[in-house]
Amino acid sequence: MSKPKVSSDWLAGCAGCHMSLLDMDERILQVLELAELRSTPITDFKEPDASGVDVGVLEGGISNTYNEEVAHKMRSRCKTLVALGDCAVFGGIPAMRNFFTIEEALRRAYIETPSTDESGKIPSDPELAVPTKVRALSEVVPVDIFVPGCPPDADVIFYVLSELAQGRKPELKDELLHWH
Amino acid sequence: MGSQKITIEPVTRIEGHAKVTIQMNDNGTVDHAYLHVNEFRGFEKFCEGRMYFEMQMITPRICGICPVSHHLASAKASDMVAGSPPPRPASLLRELMHMGQMVQSHGMHFFELAGPDLLLGFDADPAIRNVVGLVQANAELTVKAVQLRKWGQEIIHLLGGRRVHPSFAVPGGVNKALQVGERDQILSGVDEAIRTIQVGLSIMKDWAEKNAEDIQKFAVFKTGYFGLITPEDGLELYNGNIRQISQDGKQLERFNPASYLDYIAEHVENWSYLKFPYYKKLGYPGGVYRVGPLGRLNIANHIDTPLANEEFKKYRAINDGKPIENTLYYHYARLIEALFAAERVKVLLDDPDILSTDILNTHRNFTGHGVGVIEAPRGTLIHDYTTNPNGQITAVNLIVSTGHNNWAMSEAVDSVAKTYVKGPDVKEGMLNRIEAAIRAYDPCLSCSTHAVGQMPISVDIVAPDGSLFETISKD
Ligand code: SF4
Repeated sequence: MSKPKVSSDWLAGCAGCHMSLLDMDERILQVLELAELRSTPITDFKEPDASGVDVGVLEGGISNTYNEEVAHKMRSRCKTLVALGDCAVFGGIPAMRNFFTIEEALRRAYIETPSTDESGKIPSDPELAVPTKVRALSEVVPVDIFVPGCPPDADVIFYVLSELAQGRKPELKDELLHWH
Repeated sequence: MGSQKITIEPVTRIEGHAKVTIQMNDNGTVDHAYLHVNEFRGFEKFCEGRMYFEMQMITPRICGICPVSHHLASAKASDMVAGSPPPRPASLLRELMHMGQMVQSHGMHFFELAGPDLLLGFDADPAIRNVVGLVQANAELTVKAVQLRKWGQEIIHLLGGRRVHPSFAVPGGVNKALQVGERDQILSGVDEAIRTIQVGLSIMKDWAEKNAEDIQKFAVFKTGYFGLITPEDGLELYNGNIRQISQDGKQLERFNPASYLDYIAEHVENWSYLKFPYYKKLGYPGGVYRVGPLGRLNIANHIDTPLANEEFKKYRAINDGKPIENTLYYHYARLIEALFAAERVKVLLDDPDILSTDILNTHRNFTGHGVGVIEAPRGTLIHDYTTNPNGQITAVNLIVSTGHNNWAMSEAVDSVAKTYVKGPDVKEGMLNRIEAAIRAYDPCLSCSTHAVGQMPISVDIVAPDGSLFETISKD
């Protein structure tokens, strides 16, 4: 039997959840024995295989139109979707932006900050994603496994990935479930 | 053939979101390539209304690769807001945590992110051009690299309770003293860390020798340079004044970082969520400059630890002591800094004050304004807070490391595209070189787009008439 395929990506997060994944240290090699890494931020495939992957892992909430696209593509191409970390689970720190309008946040950053010169304007090139309200991943696509924490501990991530790679559904409880 | 546009999205093996678009001419040459940083989060706005002492926990969520930089820059800004300078032992401990981060961030970048390009080749099969390919090519080296990162992360963990987003620095000092056992545990790993970094250095130098031609034509251009410096012009990562030099290496300015607004400003381009800082007196783009490892080693004339200084001398000899302009030498400079950081850990741990419990200044002389500046792994990081008399934040300005390099990264993308991309048969390896140009700067796109989000990079190649020639997916 071929190894289960795993893809991951980051949305509106800080990369800290992926860093915590690397904090498995030597155990990463064990995970690589069990599973095959496909598209991830540290490999050069740009998106999950069109033929599908077994496990999709997303860090970060949804804060713009590009995040939405990535989330939908991952959902449609993976069997089990994991929301990794507080941002993906409920929006996390970036969701603090929802207390303000997007216009206010953009104006502050690109026009009002004291270091911005008279060229200040809100970037609007069609190549750029458009910011939206910050949402949890599950507000945009169905999620199978929720892993809270900012970031979740490496031990927890190791448990989740190795269970999934062996075809089992991880259950987060007791010492595996905490929010710090 | 007609004109075309090629898009690379997302750029991989960098932190955050980026996209490159390449506009091609009718004859198959590159007209222009753009780096788009494609995300915005809005920290500068949504921190308004929070307490100044919450900022040490909120702002690290800008970036999980260098959360310690934000944690410490924020603490330094808040020290000033509270009028509460930390006692010497607290500053030493903060710097110790910072050195742990330098080692883990630089080490990971060299071995796990950029390394596959150097060790396996720019044109290697994308299926193996990553850390898994490295394991297959050299398992022993990969394990060493993992352990180097672990050692750096463990310093952060011992001081701050966890590896990512630690809780340690508070206004006026830190919340935990270092124990003897913890000091000894860190010390027991120093020599091994130094050896691994030296292995990295020899790999780098070997590679540089074999690829001298590439290094000379790969995104080499003139800019100014900028960063913290010791009073004697030595490499400095934690404290000090800012030194700014011209493209010929002459000192333009030397100033207290709190007055940064007198010297630099930021330009906005419509096609990127990342702003473009520049030196005010020379304007934009005449005053653009580079930061990070290449910039820091260009503004310094020595390094205060012996092994790193030996390497520094060899490095600076490459261009006869003049500033080094080659984008690919970022990798070499980064490893020299990692070596300095590991040596510096030893110096800090040998300091008699390091075990002191005098770690918090509880005296407050509230000012309501503070600027905290630190050399993050990727360059100078500036946090600027204003509060009301109750300590509630009323204004935040952040200029992050990757931002200072924005112009240079864009220039590197354009220059590498023009040098290496030739139509009509555009090869994956050509595009990977463009990504490698971005990777050399080790950008932290989450950091850079703290403003509203993260930075996706995509590359499009478009014809002069704007029509899309081709979108190449790396799948
Ligand atoms: S949950 Fe925390 S660590 Fe993970 S992406 Fe969000 S802010 Fe970063």
